[in-house]
Amino acid sequence: MRHVIPEPVARQPWQMLIPLFALVAFGATVLFSAAGGSMQPFATSHLIRFAMFLGAASLMAMMRREWVIMLAYPIYVAVLLLLVAVEAIGAMGGGSQRWLPLGPIVLQPSELMKPAIVLALARFYDSLPHGMITSWRALLPAGGLIALPMALVLMQPDLGTALAIAFGGAVVMLLAGLPMRWFVAAGAIGVVAAPLAFFFGLKEYQQRRVTTFMDPESDPLGAGYHITQSKIAIGSGGFSGKGFNEGSQSHLNYLPEPHTDFVFATMAEEWGFIGGMFVLAMFFLILRWGMGVARASQDRFARLLAAGMTLTMFFFVAINLLMVMGFAPVVGIPLPFMSHGGSSMMTNMICIGSLLMVNRWNREAPRARFE
Amino acid sequence: MLDGSKRQLITASTLKNAFDRRSFVIGAIQGGVGILLASRMAYLAIAENEKYRTESESNRVNLSLIPPRRGWILDRDGAPLASNRADFRVDIIPERLANADRTIDQLGELLNFEPGRIAELKQKIEQTRGFAPVEVASGLDYEQFASISVRLPELQGVVTQRGFSRFYPTGPAVGHLIGFVGPASAEDYEAERNPLLITPGFKIGKDGLEKQFEQKLRGIPGARRVEVTASGRIVRDLETREDVQGNPIRLTIDGPLQDYAARRIGLESGSVVVMDCLTGDVLCMASMPSFDPNSFSDGIGSVEYKMLREDERVPLRNKVLKGLYPPGSTVKPMVSMALMEQGIDRHETVHCGGGLRVGNRVFGCWNRRGHGTVDMAKGIYQSCDVYFYAMAQRVGMDPIANMARRCGMGQAFELPVLSQFYGTVPDPAWKLKKYGREWQTFDTVNATIGQGYMLANPLQLAVMASRLATGKHVEPRLTLDTKPRGFSEVDIPFDHVDYVRHAMSDVVNGPGTAGRARLPISDVLIAGKTGTAQVVSLSKSNGKSGPWKYRDHGLFIFFAPFDKPRYAGAVVIEHGGGSGAAYPIARDVMTFMFDPQKGLEQLHAFEKQWGGTAQQRLEAKYAVYAAAAGEKIAPPPRRDEDIFDQVEAEARAAATQSEEIANDAIAPRPDPFTSGTPREPQLVPTASGEPVTPAQPSAPFASQPATAGTTQ
Repeated sequence: MRHVIPEPVARQPWQMLIPLFALVAFGATVLFSAAGGSMQPFATSHLIRFAMFLGAASLMAMMRREWVIMLAYPIYVAVLLLLVAVEAIGAMGGGSQRWLPLGPIVLQPSELMKPAIVLALARFYDSLPHGMITSWRALLPAGGLIALPMALVLMQPDLGTALAIAFGGAVVMLLAGLPMRWFVAAGAIGVVAAPLAFFFGLKEYQQRRVTTFMDPESDPLGAGYHITQSKIAIGSGGFSGKGFNEGSQSHLNYLPEPHTDFVFATMAEEWGFIGGMFVLAMFFLILRWGMGVARASQDRFARLLAAGMTLTMFFFVAINLLMVMGFAPVVGIPLPFMSHGGSSMMTNMICIGSLLMVNRWNREAPRARFE
Repeated sequence: MLDGSKRQLITASTLKNAFDRRSFVIGAIQGGVGILLASRMAYLAIAENEKYRTESESNRVNLSLIPPRRGWILDRDGAPLASNRADFRVDIIPERLANADRTIDQLGELLNFEPGRIAELKQKIEQTRGFAPVEVASGLDYEQFASISVRLPELQGVVTQRGFSRFYPTGPAVGHLIGFVGPASAEDYEAERNPLLITPGFKIGKDGLEKQFEQKLRGIPGARRVEVTASGRIVRDLETREDVQGNPIRLTIDGPLQDYAARRIGLESGSVVVMDCLTGDVLCMASMPSFDPNSFSDGIGSVEYKMLREDERVPLRNKVLKGLYPPGSTVKPMVSMALMEQGIDRHETVHCGGGLRVGNRVFGCWNRRGHGTVDMAKGIYQSCDVYFYAMAQRVGMDPIANMARRCGMGQAFELPVLSQFYGTVPDPAWKLKKYGREWQTFDTVNATIGQGYMLANPLQLAVMASRLATGKHVEPRLTLDTKPRGFSEVDIPFDHVDYVRHAMSDVVNGPGTAGRARLPISDVLIAGKTGTAQVVSLSKSNGKSGPWKYRDHGLFIFFAPFDKPRYAGAVVIEHGGGSGAAYPIARDVMTFMFDPQKGLEQLHAFEKQWGGTAQQRLEAKYAVYAAAAGEKIAPPPRRDEDIFDQVEAEARAAATQSEEIANDAIAPRPDPFTSGTPREPQLVPTASGEPVTPAQPSAPFASQPATAGTTQ
């Protein structure tokens, strides 16, 4: 059989691409229903964006390792400058904003920062002499790399994205081999600081989101409404769902944001437990492939980059699903590949593109060694 | 492990190992999160499926109740006293108001609201939150409804609806009897957890028979199941069930008579009760001035409330059941029955020289000149106090008190009313218990002329009239589905009854105190007894003029025809200045009973002078009041119940007014004359103070006892 399929096609990582296509197609189906049974305005643009970003990801995959290492810091700095620009425009406009209008498209630099921080840290630990990994010199510059964008994003304010950046950075540091006790200590400090941050750091609406997450019924028509309605949508779907286009929670507007943050609830209402398991299985396949790419990498930079990208995607998936099922506060993180939205699609496709790239390096690396 | 503190050579391979270990742990954590999510999903969608499916259904489907049409309240001939009118309503849903102030102003303009009502509405909207609609107005005509309907797109949050509203064709005439309806209060809902109570447009009985028969009148609500969006927009109808109208109540009340009596009271404050002597049917229970129950169903407006509260004639009090008055000389026929029962010979005479000396005190007769030789009949028809003083001294208080109770005084009747006041029939045991003081001679003297501690409400007086007229223990009834009761029980021997009937006929048709009460119908003779009850001591007021509050009550009990009683009743005019204010009303009411045309002619003549019917006058008064009041009016109590609790408490307080002078003998007022200064002297055909029995020129009571000396 091998000879029937052309080699360039056969060598693509289909074990990841097929679940990805399935997920995006399924996402488009759900968006079709969320629009009241119409391709407009969500499903079509969802598919078009995916196609566009898939093309971009294929181009990314062509990048040579040396170029990427060389460009890592410049990319990071560029994104950081974009964040500053957003902040500056916001300050001039007299309000906060997250978007940067660039001609016909609007760019959300904080989204770009999620993969950029992984890239920059992978580059940093790759260049750090091995012996220094247990010294402060492994910690402080990396901490600075994370803290700068976090601070800028928090000023927007966008707690969800700031946490995503922190998570991406922390994961790369962990995998880079920093001493475990530092993480334990950081965790301990976090436990102490969290209440302080809650009372002094968070805006009131953010505090309310956290408190209502603890007890959604306390405010069934206010902030708790989102969680309650999402649980109703998922719970009422049952084993096999109410049927395609039959979801009353989403169609009658009880479910907030049925096409973005709560797209999983929209899906679960119509496709039930089976649909939920399918989505989880697809993510499992994609993420397992991503971790596999990381482990198969021959060098430290590629390893950290691939693992960081995979875990960034995992972070989105986990937080979003925990949120819609009532296990996490409402933080406004969309579900990769299913939620409607260009920024989310772009971030996740950059992650996929990076993984495809590392996957290609892995494939070519042994050959390169023999040459 | 790298986290060991011991120095260890770190190479690329140790870092690779660390990466492998840690990425394995992270992978495991990811798997764990995946399993957690899968179990959570299974828990929500499978284990808890039923709960969430119900919640989703209750989100999706909105069950809206259709308020049932209320049962009608009918008079004895089946004519409606309370019915339903299809009408148009306008509600506001506060949650959906874009610009509350502007929308309400605009609505107020379309509906011609006064500034006060607009301000009130704004306040109400401010206090209400959420999707529960606030009623703006009901009973709109089609033009108003249409003018709002076409503007609905610009009036966000305003909802127009078709519905039914309660309609009382005779308005104020039935206000106290029937009560009114209004939206259920929070307390009503606490007491009866029925979602119907908070359905927009649903009204419950708030007072009177409407409240008493609430469950019977209510009916069964219809229901409409609709699919709604989260914002409340109706997507489609799923199912509709019609409502079942409540059961009608058939009263013994004679609607036209009730209306006539209420209107005939005119500018006075008082009540008229008429009963059927053969069945005990209460034909009329009019209490005026009153309120218009039609205008209460949207809630009691501030202006209206203030106007009614400020009126010293207490339009909110049902005077038939909650007005307590010293019955005055109207008790004399009843006392006569007690005397005869005790074996007093009715032909035995007493000499009345204007007073009676008992021990070292002299108790005065209302007629200071004296009545001369008086037997029992003359004692009744000329209302001679001395006769009754003398005879009562002989038999003592107890037999009289017993007879009073047998005749209905101090009793509550088995009637479907919310509350009725008992009044007081004093006797030595009662006084000792209540005041810890011995019964005195003057107490008996007071009681035999219906003064002192003695108090009765107009219904009791009407029952007394019917029991005196028939000798039977007539029990009043208010609904046609109850059986007449008490007719097998003979209270008084016929012989005594017959005697008193003739004496009471002479009050009107003979040489008595109420010649002007004679019916203008040749073949029907009315029998009656006048009463004038003073409420303050002579030193404070002469009872005829001066402050209204101090004037005497005018009372009259009657039955007709006198020899074959068919109808009996009582008229009580508060502070009317004497019985002269009461019996002309009784005469006209009875005239209407036997010859409606003649009765109405009389009434129309009066109403021309008074400025319209009771309803027209009430509306005119309201218009003047509202115009003067403007916006600065304190709102009424939030609950209608508070209003009526307050009214009842005040009624109890008012009933004690005459008690203050019960500590000594009452110097009786001249009974047979109309009051000195009636409130509308030009209206009363005979001028004040004039003898009213021209047929009896020899009547010796043509004098004015202006020299009301003390009788001690």
